[in-house]
Amino acid sequence: MKTILAVGAAGAVGAVVRTLIGFVLPATNGFPTGTFIVNISGTFILCFLVERTLHLTLVNKTAYDAITVGFLGAFTTFSAFSYETFTLFESNLAMAIVYVLSSIVLGLFAGAFGFRLGGRGRTE
Amino acid sequence: MTVLNLAAVAIGGFFGAIIRYQLSKKLNTSKNIPYGTALVNLLGCLLVGFVFGLQLSTGLTFLLVSGLAGALTTFSTWLKEILGMSKVHEIGKAFLYLTASIVLGFAFVYIGFTGGSFFLG
Repeated sequence: MKTILAVGAAGAVGAVVRTLIGFVLPATNGFPTGTFIVNISGTFILCFLVERTLHLTLVNKTAYDAITVGFLGAFTTFSAFSYETFTLFESNLAMAIVYVLSSIVLGLFAGAFGFRLGGRGRTE
Repeated sequence: MTVLNLAAVAIGGFFGAIIRYQLSKKLNTSKNIPYGTALVNLLGCLLVGFVFGLQLSTGLTFLLVSGLAGALTTFSTWLKEILGMSKVHEIGKAFLYLTASIVLGFAFVYIGFTGGSFFLG
């Protein structure tokens, strides 16, 4: 129960931070900058953390779940990504394609880089 | 952006993250596709389409779209899972999960939007 509430609280914080970043970084020429930055950076941090803690015995599973599933899971978003692309399809097809491809390609690179960096300084 | 709007985002985010956590624990058990993550991502797309189709108020949109659907769905875990599949040389599965999520995500936004617009009349 404690872990569930911690995940919820961290999710609330993640959602608020994401919304604030979207407010500070509005879409430029239709490109949803806020969601893009949030999704790429969140993927990097998640992969880094997962890899870095891979062989550790977790002292605090509650905190780990709150940060990874709660905060980072809620910070990044798939629904906004899909909806933004969906609306761009109608208004600016080229930008829709740029948005999808850049989110996926850079997201995968950011995640792979996070994995690599997380594995490097790891205490086994 | 008002404090009230941000409070709505926080409330939605609280429940979105918990629902995702519970569904992922229950359904991400298959060795093939993480059905829990797939389900929450598609449900979130459906909800966002529905809310925009219904043209709900700004406050409710913050609660249900930025908060609930935003936190219910996840981009970071999704790509982490795809990278995990490709790490163990399951490229075909990774590609299927990637493309199916994107295509079905659009389809669910569309279905939600059409449903919401229908209720709006």
